[in-house]
Amino acid sequence: MTQVKMTVNGKSVSGEVEGRTLLSTFIRDTLGLTGTHVGCDTAQCGACTLHVNGKSVKSCNMFALEADGADVATIEGMADADGTLNTIQQAFQDHHGLQCGFCTPGMVMTAAALLKENPSPSEAEIRAYLSGNLCRCTGYHNIVKAIMAASGQDVGQIAAE
Amino acid sequence: MPADGGIGAPTKRREDVRFLKGTGRYTDDLNRPGQAYVFFLRSNVAHGRLKSVDTSAAAAMPGVVRVFTGADFEGVGGIPCGWQITDKHGEVMQEPAHPVLAQGKVRHVGDPIAAVVADSLEAARDAAEAIEADIEELPAVVDMKAALQDGSPKVHDDLTSNLCYDWGFVEENKAAVDEAFANAAHVTTLELVNNRLIANPMEPRVAIGDFDQAGGNSTLYTTSQNPHVIRLLMGAFVLGIPEHKLRVVAPDVGGGFGSKIFHYAEEAFCTFAAKALNRPVKWTASRSEAFMSDAHGRDHVTTIELALDGDNNFTALRTETHANMGAYLSTFAPSVPTWLHGTLMAGNYKTPLIYVNVKAVFTNTVPVDAYRGAGRPEASYQLERVVDKAARELGVDPIALRRQNFVTEFPYATPVAVEYDTGDYVATMDKLEEMIDISGFEARLAESKKRGKLRGLGVNCYIEACGIAPSNLVGQLGARAGLYESATVRVNATGGIVVMTGSHSHGQGHETSFPQVVAEMIGIDASMVEIEHGDTANAPMGMGTYGSRSIAVGGSAMVRATEKIIAKAKKIAAHLLEASEADIELKDGQFSVAGTDKSVAWGDVTLAAYVPHNYPLEEVEPGLEETAFYDPNNFTFPSGAYACEVEVDPETGKVTIESFAAADDFGNVINPMIVDGQVHGGIAQGIGQALLEACVYDEDGQLLTGSYMDYAMPRADDLPFYAVDHSCQTPCTHNPLGVKGCGEAGAIGSPPAVVNAVVDALQRAGKTNVTHIDMPLSPSRVWAAMNQ
Repeated sequence: MTQVKMTVNGKSVSGEVEGRTLLSTFIRDTLGLTGTHVGCDTAQCGACTLHVNGKSVKSCNMFALEADGADVATIEGMADADGTLNTIQQAFQDHHGLQCGFCTPGMVMTAAALLKENPSPSEAEIRAYLSGNLCRCTGYHNIVKAIMAASGQDVGQIAAE
Repeated sequence: MPADGGIGAPTKRREDVRFLKGTGRYTDDLNRPGQAYVFFLRSNVAHGRLKSVDTSAAAAMPGVVRVFTGADFEGVGGIPCGWQITDKHGEVMQEPAHPVLAQGKVRHVGDPIAAVVADSLEAARDAAEAIEADIEELPAVVDMKAALQDGSPKVHDDLTSNLCYDWGFVEENKAAVDEAFANAAHVTTLELVNNRLIANPMEPRVAIGDFDQAGGNSTLYTTSQNPHVIRLLMGAFVLGIPEHKLRVVAPDVGGGFGSKIFHYAEEAFCTFAAKALNRPVKWTASRSEAFMSDAHGRDHVTTIELALDGDNNFTALRTETHANMGAYLSTFAPSVPTWLHGTLMAGNYKTPLIYVNVKAVFTNTVPVDAYRGAGRPEASYQLERVVDKAARELGVDPIALRRQNFVTEFPYATPVAVEYDTGDYVATMDKLEEMIDISGFEARLAESKKRGKLRGLGVNCYIEACGIAPSNLVGQLGARAGLYESATVRVNATGGIVVMTGSHSHGQGHETSFPQVVAEMIGIDASMVEIEHGDTANAPMGMGTYGSRSIAVGGSAMVRATEKIIAKAKKIAAHLLEASEADIELKDGQFSVAGTDKSVAWGDVTLAAYVPHNYPLEEVEPGLEETAFYDPNNFTFPSGAYACEVEVDPETGKVTIESFAAADDFGNVINPMIVDGQVHGGIAQGIGQALLEACVYDEDGQLLTGSYMDYAMPRADDLPFYAVDHSCQTPCTHNPLGVKGCGEAGAIGSPPAVVNAVVDALQRAGKTNVTHIDMPLSPSRVWAAMNQ
């Protein structure tokens, strides 16, 4: 077992891990931050997406030790300090961008990374950026719409809610 | 309407807040004090004789608590099947044993052989590698028609063959159907495959068994769409635990789509092992495990024939289907190709004579059961494909041919045993045509052509039977359970309400939509109503959520219980107002005496019920809590018309969805925002089936599509925005809300639209020999069809 230390959502944390311990396992089981979900074992579904040093990462595809010393952000750190949903989260609720909620943390983290890189993405750019995140409930319609709305674009013309 | 949204309001979902903050509580987020972890050693061969399983080395490994094998379950029941089909000769189906852990033989890749319980998952997984399972590999059978040949390997040695049943429906009509075909002016025939799929909710299955030794009570936490059904099946048939000693909890569940209806061996194992070890036992499926242990869906091979007279009226329909059951019978498997498929073969049309034959077959594959739509997509697909093919053969417009044959008068008794209460197929088709701008198609075609692309338009209709189902009817058809729903409405002293429902939300938004109904009925804010679901300790009984039944059946139970609450509250209000009960009116949360200005508020009445100082104690008991069971007296029949426009790249065969439109009739709608979302998701799964998804086994029974690397799930860049409409509303006549259900429609209606569109594109490009391509319409299949 090896000691690992990192900053998660602004707080210093540490724990003992094996070499094979995945970052997603450390976040969920050691830190108890269960908002990061694990939906596959081949880094295909994106439910475990979080940010490491400002970049979106599939945390099931990274060892906890690789994140030693890193600055990590998870879904639990996305709302405002008073608990108010942030702009992206609020847009997901406003536009029904989630159903079962399992892929949602990964979707929000990916959307946040996208909007940081590209503050006003087109529909095609959003769809391409989301292609590493699977959702089985929404058919993506309202997720794409929510991200467009979160970026300040008019979504009134898009088919239906 | 209540200020924060009653019936018909697009109320934003309250459950979203916890999901968006990462504070949902899914089963894998739960951990019990002192829990151990189980890892299942699964068969890596499709068929084999289990000669011995040596667990001694594994049991001695660090952290291992105990290793279980099939021998530990010899005194325990098997996983039961909930539906018995009687075949066309009046014989009951062949029903094999399904042990919790394999006994004697393994019958599919993924069949569990042994279970290692250890202090950590890593220790359990490491120890599983030390188990020595001596398996004599046997020839496997995967192809259904081969499985029915003499000399085929037998999946179950104690059955007479691999045929589960040979079902004819309606057997008495067969001669008349054959005669109509002999007299037909035109017959269109189509052979097709309804591809095998995997439901793939994003949350893999999880089970945690817990045992309270002091009280002798077992608890199972599980990813289920129907915890009460699991309690019944596992308690009564597998482990012999009576309901009052067994609690099943399904907390937040990350999607189901049918695959989480069924009772699975892992649930029984964790409950059994927790008691045997007096320690909680947790299992979390990896996605690879899910692929080889979740029940699969569809997998039908069908020949369909449509007979028409000289005026293009449909005169008869005849189908023969082979339906894959897999290696064992999953909970509802036998009902899917029969009562959920054969009864839908009339579709939207007044075809007078129909005969459906289904041969259900055992193979060395994972069990197959209901997946979103369950039987109805298979019916809709073959019917709408053969109608399209007939139109092409006859040289008539496919929409006109459909319109000509529509059922237009309701109620309509089909020749396949069901009676449609309401519908308006002309109206949904009119709406669809309005949505898709057919007159502009030629211009769009020309524009595609300019870019070197082919373009096609596919249209179809669908009907489904949902709101499942009248218990007395399904009992006659072989169901071993009732299909009612229950609700308990508990009103607290200060007026707030908790509704405990047997329906389960795993994405459908019941926590938002169900309160909209109760709030509207009483005239209070929806925020005063809370929904509790997913726990057998709450609602008295529940058949759960599938078959688009939550609002139609569960919602109706809630309405009935709320009506009882209102009736009692009126008695209390009459006493408080010193008036006759008959004169009491309830509006906007106020009870008033008709024709006067005397009134009391909802909260005054609820307080009186619990502080009965001034109370009619001789007439009514204190307290305000009511339970209702609702058993529907018919299915509901949502219907609609769908259209898809595609582009095909002639160089590669790649299909791109250019537009998709859905005009549905769901009867009355409680929350239109949620309904739209349900349709979007269904369409995406239908497009996935049509273009991308296929579960593939090789001839040895190895699962070739064992992960997301191989099984193509629809991604955001595979799909367009969808145009959806549900303004055509013919309310259901037999439930109190007039609702029909919307959960499966998208998945039922969309595959034929996509395939019809691709065939149309190829036909328009002069490939007139291409009349059908089997799903999924991958680039290689489309390219091969174009270049054959």
